[in-house]
Amino acid sequence: MTAQRTSTHTIDMSSVLKSKTTNNDETEACLKVENLNLFYGQKQALHGINMEMPKKKVTAYIGPSGCGKSTLLRCINRMNDLVDNVTIDGNILLDGENIYDKSVNVAALRRRVGMVFQKPNPFPKSIFENVTYGLRIQGINDKRMLEETVENALRGAALWDEVKDRLHDNALGLSGGQQQRLVIARAIAIEPEVLLLDEPASALDPISTLKIEELINELKEKYTIVIVTHNMQQAARVSDYTAFMYMGELIEMGATSQLFTKPVKKQTEDYITGRYG
Amino acid sequence: MDNSKIGHHISEQFNRELEDLRNKVLTMGGLVEQQIEHSVKAFTTGDLELAERVIKQDNQVDALEMTIDEESCQILALRQPTAFDLRLLLTVIKIINELERVGDLAERIANMAIHLSDSLGTAGKRDDYYELQHMADLVKEMLHEALDAFARMNIDNITDITGLDDNVDKEYASILRQLITQMMEDPRNITRTLDILWTVRALERIGDHACYICEHLIYMVKGEDVRHLSQAELEKKVKG
Repeated sequence: MTAQRTSTHTIDMSSVLKSKTTNNDETEACLKVENLNLFYGQKQALHGINMEMPKKKVTAYIGPSGCGKSTLLRCINRMNDLVDNVTIDGNILLDGENIYDKSVNVAALRRRVGMVFQKPNPFPKSIFENVTYGLRIQGINDKRMLEETVENALRGAALWDEVKDRLHDNALGLSGGQQQRLVIARAIAIEPEVLLLDEPASALDPISTLKIEELINELKEKYTIVIVTHNMQQAARVSDYTAFMYMGELIEMGATSQLFTKPVKKQTEDYITGRYG
Repeated sequence: MDNSKIGHHISEQFNRELEDLRNKVLTMGGLVEQQIEHSVKAFTTGDLELAERVIKQDNQVDALEMTIDEESCQILALRQPTAFDLRLLLTVIKIINELERVGDLAERIANMAIHLSDSLGTAGKRDDYYELQHMADLVKEMLHEALDAFARMNIDNITDITGLDDNVDKEYASILRQLITQMMEDPRNITRTLDILWTVRALERIGDHACYICEHLIYMVKGEDVRHLSQAELEKKVKG
């Protein structure tokens, strides 16, 4: 194994969390990443990541391809456990509890940390069945409760008005943008605490993208959201905090309004202004 | 912070657009400096032809302002600049506004030159306008240095420029006292003295606009809004 390299960039999280955000209220960390290192076989993909993601805020990860942002995102609900040859050390605390602790039930963790991917992946079932899937596998079959959940989740995902008359149609008949919102509805139906969004709008047209962005803004009232995006303007529009990653290291994290107007590190400046370093 | 700040975009086109914008601002600045020079000369020598030329040339300054505004708007819409690029654009938009106002003040001085000539007649007695000329030189220097700092994207000596404004204000107060004395001595002087007073006032305002440009430049380079600060606070901010 290659010698473990810890990040040379130390980030004072208390100052990050205190820095001015778009809405200036209190911030309390929901997720805390501590000295996280991740190896794919011999290759180290994450180097000593330390960061905090505040509760009911949107944190965006930006950085060039291969910088480790999706890898880091997948660590938060232990999706990387499914990848062969991965070694992870360090801690990720969800509400103070280490999700990499041996006692943690991964299925239960994933109920608390929902995830939405780049390509909408509804099940080839009805809209209704898609949304209730998570509840059904938990053994909940009460019809009234399911109906209520479907309406709430679809309303929460800003899709209800568009599909309320055809809940039993196949979900694959929806447009890409609608499918993505359906997947978000499916994720929030089980009332997670955290929503992880991996490039949620990159396969969508501009209008659907705006709808998803609008939705993210509404969802943060209830959930802590972490989003990975290649689209920097999107990160600027939707997030409260932005973390810039480069070659597996966290270079800079700060309030989005500050990071996009006055970044501290030159590497960040070069990346967001489109210059080569 | 240096010139290379503008270049090095992955998009060559974007580099060119920013470079072009900067050159246009400097052209506009050069034009405005010339306007001050000519209008003051017209005023002190009674050269009416020169005064007319200054008035006509103000159209060029206005046209440049609109072109630069339009181009900045295009870049904002199409490139969605961030960080230094964003601050550069915001600064350009503010600087050209200041320059346009300076252009208007030069035009006012040219108008005063014509007015003064009318009231004096060609054979009228002229002062040497020693103090006025000195004050004009001072504000020209301030504006020149401010534009130079913009060209080099360097604010190391910026507080030296804003520091000069204190001298300008002192000279303004001193000339004002003299003019009031003249008016009290002989009320027939009042029309003529008022022309001088408006001119001196215009020069004092040009000094203020040069200071505003300096403040915008500090924002561009450091990202800190330093408007409405005293000279001492400004120096602290720039050093810190």
